[in-house]
Amino acid sequence: MGDLRLMKGNEVIAEAAIRCGCDGYFGYPITPQSEIMETLMARRPWEETGMVVLQAESEAASINMIYGAASSGKKVMTSSSSPGISLMSEGLSYLAGAELPCLIVNVQRGGPGLGTIQPSQSDYFQATKGGGHGDFHLIVLAPASVQEMNDFVDLAFQLSFKYLNPAMILADGVIGQTMEKVELSEFKPRWTEQEIQELSGSWAANGKKANRNSHIITSLELVSEKQEKHNIKLQAKYKKMQEEDVRYELINCDDAEYIIVAFGLSARISQKAVDILREKGIKVGLLRPITLYPFPTKIISQLADKGVKGFLSVEMNAGQMVEDVRLAVNGKTKVEYFGHMGGIIANPNEVAEVVQSKLIGE
Amino acid sequence: MADLQLQDIIKPENQVYGKSKILTDNAMHYCYGCSHGVVHKLIAEVIEEMGIQDKTVGVSPVGCSVFMYDYLNVDFMEAAHGKAPAVATGYKRTNPDKYVFTYQGDGDLAAIGTGETLHTVNRGENIVMIFINNAIYGMTGGQMAPTTMLGQVTATTPYGRDVDLNGYPLKITELLAQLPGAAYVTRQSVHTPANVRKCKKAIRKAFENSAKNIGTSFVEVVSTCNSGWKITPVEANKWMEENMFPFYPLGDLKDSEHDDLEQYKVQKLKK
Repeated sequence: MGDLRLMKGNEVIAEAAIRCGCDGYFGYPITPQSEIMETLMARRPWEETGMVVLQAESEAASINMIYGAASSGKKVMTSSSSPGISLMSEGLSYLAGAELPCLIVNVQRGGPGLGTIQPSQSDYFQATKGGGHGDFHLIVLAPASVQEMNDFVDLAFQLSFKYLNPAMILADGVIGQTMEKVELSEFKPRWTEQEIQELSGSWAANGKKANRNSHIITSLELVSEKQEKHNIKLQAKYKKMQEEDVRYELINCDDAEYIIVAFGLSARISQKAVDILREKGIKVGLLRPITLYPFPTKIISQLADKGVKGFLSVEMNAGQMVEDVRLAVNGKTKVEYFGHMGGIIANPNEVAEVVQSKLIGE
Repeated sequence: MADLQLQDIIKPENQVYGKSKILTDNAMHYCYGCSHGVVHKLIAEVIEEMGIQDKTVGVSPVGCSVFMYDYLNVDFMEAAHGKAPAVATGYKRTNPDKYVFTYQGDGDLAAIGTGETLHTVNRGENIVMIFINNAIYGMTGGQMAPTTMLGQVTATTPYGRDVDLNGYPLKITELLAQLPGAAYVTRQSVHTPANVRKCKKAIRKAFENSAKNIGTSFVEVVSTCNSGWKITPVEANKWMEENMFPFYPLGDLKDSEHDDLEQYKVQKLKK
């Protein structure tokens, strides 16, 4: 076994960042994720790996610091919670437009407005549909455990650099605050200047060399035809993500007549509901999207074709992902929603009852 | 001498002045009489003379100079409105060996980006900040800027800037000079050859400072926008001298070279 620890999800994000060779973190405190920066400041990674950590004056500043640092081809990140992510949404749009790789962690709390500091999944639309102006998408990973808080940091950076697109870890207050057993990743050194040159030398703004033109990091294009060409390129990239990088987990779906679709904390709760229903002899499975964008549309569609009698989308919001499930099912069978808002966490018995009442009709 | 042709005269050994190699051949989109072109030229000359083209990265703002990257042959980042100092901070912190400069107008630096400007200088980021103050929003068609003079007519102050309605013009450079993180704060202009030379010296000092890690170097250039002001370039220079210089006086506000920076320092908590 590797390096086993008992840690909070937020602390693990910090540790995983250091271990995956992250070059810089820029952030602003907000509950329930402040432990990420606190852990980094206490760890002083600049002495160990050379990773920079800076507390910015606002979320608007931190996302733009990411823009600057990412422009040089470095591996950089920020983190926040829902209201802070709203403040970053201009920057997210610029990052996507300029095709810069980076990681944003959103440890969600309930909204709208200042809302509550309790856990929520109500930023699903914001995260998966772009989260800023213009046609763009983030790569969105939804961890359901502290272990995945560790694993997804490196994965998010890999996907982000594969597609030159910002990636988001969409967690929630419970995953951020829960302490669980976690096996931490092995240490990877930060990229050397030469490695950055090999990986990102074709676009990064790292000083104009005599043998190349100047590199311009920008999302500005006033000529409509050129802007459309850029948009088409971005859309092709999103299509490629849908073809190559959809991730999900299927639990008890082989013989399932009914399927719960749930991500993150809701998936943990729903898994227990599946156990309760299975004990009663009801054939229920769980589909857990790991990438919320690209969404596992194809597998849901295939399961609907296979004769699944109904899907229940369980979410900690007013029903957001259920729209994507309905699009995937495309009218072939029943799709229902169940969830709480405002930071209320559903209990498994409740979910099991809803499967029976809404899907089976008992 | 009658046989002397033009090509006999245009020889490297006869050239006493030329376009900096850092400037591209793209025709600038700026209006006749605008100060941007001159300041671009000065930055280009400083980069060339210091031999730092491969180590320099610029940040262009939102405003007339958004396309600055078309004119200077160095790597560039185009920032969101007002966010150039944050972009520069992120870049410089992760690439401390590079020369990083921002180039912003008054709306970008002193209105929408005031927070980023203030905190970047307060942290003493080792970057160069060039601030073009022409008392108006040029690109969007001549609206009021934070630095617009009292009584000045703009598209959004059609009866002149009124204190009751719009508040006072902001002397952000004076404010920044008070911050411990600022190593060099100066106010220049480029409306006469003598001022152009002084301004270039200031820009050169600012770039040299950023290699010394002594804090932020900030160069304001009081500039003209004759299109926005709706007067001729010559009248604009006169208007600037008569109206702006008394309120925005030229000269150094702070220079680590001869000022005692200790007076700005803040004491640490006693244990």
